[in-house]
Parts: sequence; C-alpha cells; structure tokens
Amino acid sequence: MTDPILDVRNVSKSFGALKASDDISLNLVPGEIHALIGPNGAGKSTLIKQIAGGLKADSGEVWFDGEDVTHKTTVARARLGLGRTFQVSSLAMDYTVAQNVVLGALGHRGKIGLKGFFRPAMKDKALLEVAHDALAQVGLEEFANAITSELSHGQRRQLEVAVALTLSPKVFLMDEPMAGLGAEGSQRLTGFLDQLRHKAPILLVEHDMDAVFSLADRISVLVYGEIVATGTVDEIRSNPIVRTAYLGEDDAQ
Amino acid sequence: MRKETILNACVLLGLLAVPLWALSVDEPFIITLATKAVIFAIAGVGLNFALGLGGLVSLGHAAFFGIGGYTMGILASHAQNYAPLMEWPLVIEGTKSMPVIWLFAVLFSSLFALVIGALSLRTSGVYFIMITLAFGQMLFFFMISWPAYGGEDGLVIYVRNGFPGLNTLDPIQFFGICFALLCIVLFLVSRMARSSFGLALSGARQNEERMQAVGMVPYRLYLIAFTISGAITGLSGALFADLNRFVSPTMFSWQTSGEIMIFIILGGTGRLFGPVVGAAVFILLEHMLGGLSEFWHVYLGAILLGVVLFARGGLIQLVAGREVAHD
Repeated sequence: MTDPILDVRNVSKSFGALKASDDISLNLVPGEIHALIGPNGAGKSTLIKQIAGGLKADSGEVWFDGEDVTHKTTVARARLGLGRTFQVSSLAMDYTVAQNVVLGALGHRGKIGLKGFFRPAMKDKALLEVAHDALAQVGLEEFANAITSELSHGQRRQLEVAVALTLSPKVFLMDEPMAGLGAEGSQRLTGFLDQLRHKAPILLVEHDMDAVFSLADRISVLVYGEIVATGTVDEIRSNPIVRTAYLGEDDAQ
Repeated sequence: MRKETILNACVLLGLLAVPLWALSVDEPFIITLATKAVIFAIAGVGLNFALGLGGLVSLGHAAFFGIGGYTMGILASHAQNYAPLMEWPLVIEGTKSMPVIWLFAVLFSSLFALVIGALSLRTSGVYFIMITLAFGQMLFFFMISWPAYGGEDGLVIYVRNGFPGLNTLDPIQFFGICFALLCIVLFLVSRMARSSFGLALSGARQNEERMQAVGMVPYRLYLIAFTISGAITGLSGALFADLNRFVSPTMFSWQTSGEIMIFIILGGTGRLFGPVVGAAVFILLEHMLGGLSEFWHVYLGAILLGVVLFARGGLIQLVAGREVAHD
C-alpha cells in the first residue's frame, strides 16, 4: 500500500466526561475514498474539526502530506491542500455563485498583492477560468449569476464542492455532501465523487448508505468516539459488531 | 445603468452645483456649509470602508479624525510661530503647505489605525465597539491634558494653509480642493471595493469560516481595511481643521465618532455614496433645524429612528432600491 497522505494517529478529545474521540487512528491513501460512518453523536464532526483545524485534540497527532499539522491553524492546513466542505453549507450568502468560487480561486492564489487592491476581481481572467471550470464540473454553470442565498439546499451543497475544487486540494474532507440532495442529486454527486477520487482522495462522512457502499474503498465505523471497525465494503457489511452497533438499528426499523 | 449609479451622479453634481449657485448670489456661508458636508463625507467614506465592507463597527473613528486635525494644527502652529518642531539631532520645521500636511495626516492616522486595529480586532461584535470607543476616549483625554498644544482650548491657526497655485482663503477654491479630494477618495474606494481585496474583505464579513477554509486570514483583511479606513478619515480631519482654522479636543470626542456613523446610517451602509448623502442631509438638517431650536438633535434622532425602522438600507435604498452598485 502507498504511504497515506492523511494520517490521524491516536487522537483523543474529551468534553468533560464525554469522550468524543477515543484513541482514533485512521488514514487516507492516494486514489481512495475512505468513508466514515456512525450513528448521530458518534463524534464524526468532532473528528473532522480536529483534522481540518479549529478544534485541538487532547492527545495524538494529525499528519498531512508528510507534515505534522496537529498544531497548525485552519488557514495553514487549507493552504497545505486540505479542501473541506461543511456539513451545514458555509458560504458567502450575499455573493453570487460566481463570486463564491472566485473567492476560492483567490484563496488558492495565496496572495492579493498591490494589484489586488485595484484590479476588479470579477474581471480577472485567471480567477474566472478556475471558477467557471469548477462550476462546470459540479453542473452549476448556468447559476453563476444567481445570489447564493437564493439557491436550493442541494445547489448550495454543489457550490460547496465547487469552492473546494478551486483550491485544487491534495485531500478532500467532505462532511455529509449528500445531505438533503434528493435521490437524483445524490446519484449525480455519487458519480462525480467516483471520478474525483483520481484527482485527490476523499475522506467522506456520509449518512447515505447507498452512496457509501457504492463509493467507498474502505469504511471506518465510529461509535461513541471509537473506531469499532475499518475495512472494505464487504468486510463492514458482514462485521458482527458493526451490524449490532450500527447497521442493526436500520434492520430493526 | 443602475438606478443607484444615476442617483450617485446626481448627488455629486448637486454637491457641486450648490456652492456654484451660492457663489453667483454671493453667499459665502453656504459655500462653507457645502465644504463642511464634503469634508464630513470623506470621513464617512473612510469609516464606511471598514463598517460597510468589513462589518467593523468602529465607534472610535474620531481618533483618526482628530489625529488628522492635530497633524495640521501642530505642523501649522510651529510654522506660524517660526519655532521648529525639533532641533536635535536634525532640525524639523513646521509647514503651511496643504499637500505636505495631508501626507503626514494620512501617515499618522494610518499608523494609529494600524496599532488600534491590531489590538481591537482581537475582539468582535459589541466588544469591538467598546474597545474602539475606549481608544477614542483615551486620545480625547490625552489631548485635553496635553498643554503643549492648547490643551482644552485647542489651537488657533491664523491663516489657512496654502496650496500651490490656488488661493485657499477664497471659499470656492478651498471647496474645489475638498471636492476634488472627495472624488479621488470615492474613485479609489470604489476600485478597492470591486478588487480582489474588496471581494475577500466582504467575504470575511459574510462568513469567516468560509474564508479560513479557502486559506485566507480574516484578521489580516480586517486590519488592512481598518488602516485604510483610518487614513481616509485622518485626511478629512486635516481638511476640517483647515476649514475652521482651529483644532480642539472635540474632534476626538465620541460624539464625533457617532456623527460619522450617523452619516453612514442615514445614507446607507455599505453603499459607496451612502456617507456622502448622509453627510449632506446632516448638514442640511443642522442648518435648517438648528435655526429653529437649540435642541435640533431631537428631530435628527426622530429621523434617524425612521430610517432605521423603515429604510434600513438608508436613503439611497429608499430611492434606488436594494441592488448595490459599486461604481
């Protein structure tokens, strides 16, 4: 197996008596989609925040692209190439769709410079090219001039992915990209992510089991802050602990 | 062309037409009023850069207005007394030249804005309002108790400073200088609002989390915006001092900060011409209502309340609609 690009090593995080992350280790290797599943309150979002920055682990390390990023800020991690989409869409709501993606392209450029104070951003060909390319990939091109707050929930999810694309990240960190997409939307996104993994590997937190089982190369199951199993789709499907702890709940319904 | 762009052009033309009309009917006082409106407009445009674009509600912009004013006062008072500012290790003289004074006013106010901003921007929301207010008050009381430059009484400059090729004592010529500066400032600010920096700054106001995720540091964007904002307000302070030929600690008072903010709220937050409209209306009200009653602020308060309750985008939105133009 190739060296992992993202390596979470024995990360623990407690809030009072609650162990949100209990000695978690997982990694992501180039070319794969690694899905992280688990019931609500299992600590998925807490783990994502520790990987993306913004929440500090009590112990353990996060390595990214051969570098220890445990003590780096969110911004520094983003600049190293960690592209993130949020569970609840986090966009500049007053901006047009195009402006949001240009913002991503601008962030990827890394510096504003003196020219950046006087040249109109929305006429900067290099930025627009990256932006439109990203919009075309997620199929939002025709909405480029729509105001973001007027987009449907599903379109906002697509825009989140488009902004992440403009950063040409080394790793995608996606927190429930399918949430609220509807059957057709999530099918299209599934097809898209399937291709995307060849650009950069994806750590995918997702509740949509159809998507997870059709996409994931590996699945990790998080229950009460602990990874109870990691394996291929078949291994996870047949794992007795997972069946009782997680999938069992579904069967019972 | 957008409605707002047409409105903006009308505002600018109106601001130019009033003093020209006053000149033709020989009413120099009205020219002075128009000059005051233009100078206040520059101060407002300065604050609006931080407040409208960056969402930084500063209640301490009087600090920069005052620093601009005292830069003029100190440089000119040394020049009129033929006393150098410093004799050792090198001799530094005062000056009566407007361009030089503007340069130093912008320099000092941006330095202060950089320092005050660096500390204040560690907080946000109500705390930011309070800490900027506190810095403003600190400078206010410092100026009151600093006897070297007049203390509470302020400084009187006997003759208005000079501008090469112009007679600045002629009201219409001084108005022309201020109006030209307003146009330059408006041009630069509109360029910056549409630039990459403006896009990022306004993006940070809307969503800091998003900016961090694309690898940009909101604090840095805010600090640059606050510094530019302070510099512009500082320039207007130097002009205001020249208009009155007098500086006093009142320029630093929190009421001054409040007035600058009122221009923005009246005209429209985040609108390029918001503070221009606001300042003009403010001066108009002060002149008309001030004649009626000493307590004209009561009426101003009522109008402000009306704008906040019924026209939150300010007077510009009332006339031109919601869509924002940046040109």
